[in-house]
Amino acid sequence: MSELLLPPEHRYAKIINEKRNDDGSEYSILNLGPTHPATHGIFQNILLMDGERIVEAEPTIGYIHRAFEKIAENRPFYQITPLTDRMNYCSSPINNMGWWMTVEKLLDIEVPKRAQYLRVIVMELARIADHIICNSILGVDTGAYTGFLYVFQFREKIYEIYEEICGARLTTNMGRIGGFEREWSDEAFRKLDVFLEEFPVAWKEFENLFERNRIFIDRTVNVGPISAESAMAYGFTGPNLRAAGVDYDVRVAQPYSSYEDFEFIVPVGKSGDTYDRFCVRNAEVWESLSIIRQALAKLPEGPYHADVPEYYLPPKEDVYTTMESLIYHFKIVMGEVPIPVAEIYHPVEGGNGELGFYLVTDGSRTPYRLHFRRPCFIYYQAYPEMIKGSLLSDAIVILSSLNVIAGELDA
Amino acid sequence: MAIETAIIQEKIEQKFANKVSNFGMQKDVFSFEVTSDSIREVILFLKEEEDTNFHFLTDLCGVHYPDNMIDQQFCVVYHLHNWIENTRIRIKTYLNGAQPEIASISDIFLSSNWMERETYDFYGINFMGHPQLKRILNMDEMVSFPMRKEFPMEDNGRTDKDDRFFGRTANC
Repeated sequence: MSELLLPPEHRYAKIINEKRNDDGSEYSILNLGPTHPATHGIFQNILLMDGERIVEAEPTIGYIHRAFEKIAENRPFYQITPLTDRMNYCSSPINNMGWWMTVEKLLDIEVPKRAQYLRVIVMELARIADHIICNSILGVDTGAYTGFLYVFQFREKIYEIYEEICGARLTTNMGRIGGFEREWSDEAFRKLDVFLEEFPVAWKEFENLFERNRIFIDRTVNVGPISAESAMAYGFTGPNLRAAGVDYDVRVAQPYSSYEDFEFIVPVGKSGDTYDRFCVRNAEVWESLSIIRQALAKLPEGPYHADVPEYYLPPKEDVYTTMESLIYHFKIVMGEVPIPVAEIYHPVEGGNGELGFYLVTDGSRTPYRLHFRRPCFIYYQAYPEMIKGSLLSDAIVILSSLNVIAGELDA
Repeated sequence: MAIETAIIQEKIEQKFANKVSNFGMQKDVFSFEVTSDSIREVILFLKEEEDTNFHFLTDLCGVHYPDNMIDQQFCVVYHLHNWIENTRIRIKTYLNGAQPEIASISDIFLSSNWMERETYDFYGINFMGHPQLKRILNMDEMVSFPMRKEFPMEDNGRTDKDDRFFGRTANC
């Protein structure tokens, strides 16, 4: 018995002492995490087990809390993107662009169409990368390693495109207030074309490997289902909510960055179980590919950033040669540009749900308060409820199908 | 679509006459203030009333205003959303700086459970009636509330990082 490990006032101790199975066996406690290879991140769950079945679960979070909101209160706007990178690091460009759009909403900056379309392209690439990771890791957790290795090379291709755009791969720190820091290179577009040609073939194969696979279906159908009502009550957004049958998508509800210009459907599931979540993500990848193709086809000519010299850092060579650029450079770096006093909430559709930025300014160069509405922080609280009564191995599958990213969870 | 903000305002003012104030658009979100004693009723009303039906709690967070009057030093901000009419609303409540307390809405919106814990963790705002109000991201042994403005971001004793070199005052 676990009396030695558990303080007697712990609720598990009470349950263990009170409840006995008919054959005299008692409940046991299992510590899942914080560092367990199957949880893909720093998640701790203290499970109360009846043999293989989970009776209760108690999640502990915060192991990689880095106080981003506090740091953000001490940093000028353009130094906050690196913080957003490190939240959902599977799709950092979405976080970056979401942050820039929040600032642009605050400053009333109109971003040129070309920059908006380029943003859409890179955000959809990020969504694809996010779903590649989530779905292929779900495969790994059910015992199918091949699919994961196969599609992961395409995440690498996406990272190479990021690299062409901004120079970085995982934590991209991409963009500026008003657009991008530089025009996309021809090499970036070439790599994008190659990706659009090769990836759909591989993704189709990946889908074929899983969607009608007996083992996969046995492991995922009816595992961790959640009804639409309780999904909404628990604050689900994104693919997990849509798998439960609710067609809420920020890209459609409140289009940002010209999403209204593109045709795409919002895939929904029915039962909200692991299999539906998998299928919704698969379908979303196809929609993202279609959006990228449309954006490339319609990509307008024009500047890649808005003409806002008081917020957009000038090219370094101009700083050394022209007076205006030198002045603006100085003003931006020393924080002498005017910032309006306002309160902004800006949502974007992140890889795993509605990523919101609540920004309060007081006229100084730093945010007075910046709160990140992190989708997985909000829906992870449903996890104990979802795994109650299921097998331990299902708990692992449910966790990876929820796409909970530790960096975002703990901010 | 969107619900007319005038209708929301009229409904709430009718029901909670002197408890609500400061109606207005802040950029694209309609927002208003509620006195802290009636936050539960207002949110429940907005959720259950057929014409408003704000059925989704998007966000809940705290803000610290140490320079305000003592009874307005903390603010709890609620973002509600009606997906059908696609309307967002922001509700703000100011709390006393010495003893920040507010009723929990975790039975109205299940999702507010952790958000309230997070707000408690960072600001020390007590959500009365919360089922398990304890720290969530910081360790349980911590005694201070780190998002309060008086809490320094870095240890003041550090000498290896001098912000003055970069044109900043330390811990601005």
